[in-house]
Amino acid sequence: MQVTMTVNDVEVTRDIEARLLLVHFLRDVLGLTGTHWGCDTSNCGTCVVWLDGEPVKSCTVLAAMAGGHQVRTVEGLAKGADLDPIQQGFMQCHGLQCGFCTPGMMMTARALLDRNPDPSETEIREAISGQICRCTGYATIVRSVRWAAVAEAQAAAQVTETTESTEAGEIDNAGQPAEAAA
Amino acid sequence: MTTVNERVDAFHDNDQKPVGYGRMLRKEDPRFLRGRGRYVDDVQLPGMLHLAILRSPVAHARIVSIDTSAAEASPGVRAVVTGAALAQQNLAWMPTLSNDVQAVLATDKVRFQGQEVAFVVAEDRYAARDALELIDVEYDVLDPVIDARRALAPDAPLIRDDLDGKTNNHCFDWETGDEAATEAVFARADVVVSQDLVYPRVHPAPMETCGAVADYDAVEGKLRLWSTTQAPHAHRTLYAIVAGLPEHKIQVIAPDIGGGFGNKVPIYPGYVCAIVASIVTGKPVKWMEDRSENLISTGFARDYIMRGEIAATRDGRILGIRTNVLADHGAFNGTAAPVKYPAGFFGVFTGSYDIEAAYCKMTAVYTNKAPGGVAYACSFRITEAVYLVERIVDCLADELGMDPAELRLKNFIRPEQFPYTTKTGWVYDSGNYEPTMRLAMEMAGYDELRREQAEKRARGELMGVGIAFFTEAVGAGPRKNMDILGLGMADGCELRVHPTGKAVVRLSVQSQGQGHETTFAQIVAEEIGIPPADIEVLHGDTDNTPFGLGTYGSRSTPVSGAAAALVARKVRDKARIIASGMLEVSVADLEWEKGAFHVAGDPGRSVTIQDIALRAHGAGDLPEGIEGGLEAQICYNPSNLTYPHGAYICVVDIDPGTAQVTVRRFIAVDDCGTRINPMIIEGQVHGGLTDGVGMALMEMIAFDEDGNCLGASLMDYLIPTSLEVPDWETGFTVTPSPHHPIGAKGVGESATVGSPPAIVNAVVDALKPFGVRHADMPLTPSRVWDAMRGQARPPI
Repeated sequence: MQVTMTVNDVEVTRDIEARLLLVHFLRDVLGLTGTHWGCDTSNCGTCVVWLDGEPVKSCTVLAAMAGGHQVRTVEGLAKGADLDPIQQGFMQCHGLQCGFCTPGMMMTARALLDRNPDPSETEIREAISGQICRCTGYATIVRSVRWAAVAEAQAAAQVTETTESTEAGEIDNAGQPAEAAA
Repeated sequence: MTTVNERVDAFHDNDQKPVGYGRMLRKEDPRFLRGRGRYVDDVQLPGMLHLAILRSPVAHARIVSIDTSAAEASPGVRAVVTGAALAQQNLAWMPTLSNDVQAVLATDKVRFQGQEVAFVVAEDRYAARDALELIDVEYDVLDPVIDARRALAPDAPLIRDDLDGKTNNHCFDWETGDEAATEAVFARADVVVSQDLVYPRVHPAPMETCGAVADYDAVEGKLRLWSTTQAPHAHRTLYAIVAGLPEHKIQVIAPDIGGGFGNKVPIYPGYVCAIVASIVTGKPVKWMEDRSENLISTGFARDYIMRGEIAATRDGRILGIRTNVLADHGAFNGTAAPVKYPAGFFGVFTGSYDIEAAYCKMTAVYTNKAPGGVAYACSFRITEAVYLVERIVDCLADELGMDPAELRLKNFIRPEQFPYTTKTGWVYDSGNYEPTMRLAMEMAGYDELRREQAEKRARGELMGVGIAFFTEAVGAGPRKNMDILGLGMADGCELRVHPTGKAVVRLSVQSQGQGHETTFAQIVAEEIGIPPADIEVLHGDTDNTPFGLGTYGSRSTPVSGAAAALVARKVRDKARIIASGMLEVSVADLEWEKGAFHVAGDPGRSVTIQDIALRAHGAGDLPEGIEGGLEAQICYNPSNLTYPHGAYICVVDIDPGTAQVTVRRFIAVDDCGTRINPMIIEGQVHGGLTDGVGMALMEMIAFDEDGNCLGASLMDYLIPTSLEVPDWETGFTVTPSPHHPIGAKGVGESATVGSPPAIVNAVVDALKPFGVRHADMPLTPSRVWDAMRGQARPPI
């Protein structure tokens, strides 16, 4: 069968088998290998991508079901040379080691910040609880997401040129404004 | 002597250094963050085929017949291969890392559920899986051996009838220590405590499973193999031995690896099948196992059934430790350990304590389960050793009515006793245990925790505080007694400085996320003054890196890290001679200041390492006898292991209504000597602590009486998520290794080793009001509930 979808803002049309999983369509057919495949029971979340802006486990979606929809993968997270704040946060706070869970984690975290720009630690932990990481012990991932939230808040504050710019301080590697960490 | 806090302050200065040790963001992150990592399953080659493996549905059965005709006729199928076909090429069996043999594909019978029986090569992974369904195997089912305790019963079914003269399921016996001396101290002890302990079978379960892409070029006669290997050079040599290909015609490439944790040390049948398939089809062939295959067939961890005994005086002086171990090795002995250490480094079970005598006797048996044993950050069975000693020390504290921290402090090996030879013959390099313990207690607010616990207990609330103090033994190892199948456990390192002063370092070890590309650049930067950003670290390609034994057992920093420092010093020594020519002074008149030599007493006359590199490659005379270029290579043979240590304190709360254990706090103070990159160490510790929560509370590979694996998917094999672990509290002390060139010890596995006993000790402590003295892992709600009702039972 033929399927047409938009992946990272590019429309693609391919002939596929009806049973083909979206994760394999992205990886094997389109060569977008940033999305990973870590289990066979829909638990690990290394395959998380966005379907119309919502994080989904692409191992549990048929490629055919994505027909006519918008898909975004980790390759579509950075804007050209500029890393998304989530990506910067993971780097600054050492939110990754082997890097295998990272793409899925970041897609979930980006979606979280898009609907809740100031999530608590508990909210972050709940948001990523469908995803397993074997390396980091999660704490630095939580800090990474906080780092991105704070960075975005500070950037927004600068854009609006409020007189409260003194509120925006340095961000430390624990993902907290310096004042909060001190 | 500096205090711990002074050391902490001194260390923070390092963070500000422009080169060398300190917090440095990772060089490998940019590609991972963009989805540009290159893992095995990302490899796509022209004409590549896909391989899938048919596995045994039963634990023990004779193979009566295999019919592959329908599979061969299935669309897209290029080849179907059985054990019988491999046997014709003498490839049906392969050697294991423990000098046993393991079936690549079963020929005579299957010996565990999930064992490899046949494989299909097809045009895509879906077609390969389709064809598996069409292979018809007739099995004559045999009684399996599942309970290791019954493996040596006279009527136990014989598993390894492939071994000449084998009449039982005995794998090996091993002992260490002095039995008579230990009997003597036990005989005169005031107090003897004995406790049965099971360290259940678990699995490393890296997020990326095992896999390979084999590409045999018949014209060149060369095999290229991308694979998930933690030891690419050792694998190459073993393939040469197994497949009969010459070593220089085998290129093993370990690309980015999505976690290893010891799972990716052995050679698995799937790798061999992929190689055979590529030779047979003349095409590149990819094999990528799925999660169930990973859990059911690749290297498990632990599975030690132990009796621990501890002897002491009434006032809490530990005199001796004795243990008896029954080790379940599965159907083939595939344990990855140095040849002379069939039980790994279990001999360090005397822990951090200065005792008079120790003895261990171990029996290992075959059962109808997957092979493995050494994996999952165990440092060659030190997880088991530390669990044993830290549990029985707590049992002793309970018996004596002593605080477990006080009992430990009373028995620590003292700093002036190092190097300290244990009663089982291990020579601990350095340690200063008390400050580490005191720091952990201070961070935890230990006394306050005990007060809180007493108050909660009075209210009927269940709170526990658990301590584990461990000594690790990592960095295998001295070649005189440590080898893997005859390969000495040394590691090479090569450093080339380019004409413009940039450099490339080639390692024999293989990162699986531990950050080698960053930290090894830092080591070389510290030694030679080239900024880490200008140093490229390469690893994982056997054609282009020096020989060495790979990354496991936290051995990278101890062995390869030493090699990196020494190769940089070798290059610096040559640079000094070139500098003496450039500055027209004698070598003795030069002083090294990070990144440059200057004339003693005249700092204005200096040349940088970059100036020297250009001179080394450029025009102008070099000093007499000095060759052009600026590079060196070494192979480092460590004189001893490194012995990092740590003090861990865990605080748990247990819901009395549901028996659910919550880890509320976890304080981990690690001492791994010189710290190359504190950010990366902290991440290593966090990951290992999470392993500990998994093992202590959630994870187990269980079997039913028929040998069905009950933990073969992530639905059943529970790994901690973000909701099961707390925010970790880490601290450190610094006691350098005296024999290591930069004083650094390994640390990667410390937290996995140290955390399970801390958590179990905390749970048992919380359950004291119920009279619980011990409960075996995994401490799931149902098992804790049973313990609360006085019905604690072993998990196997």
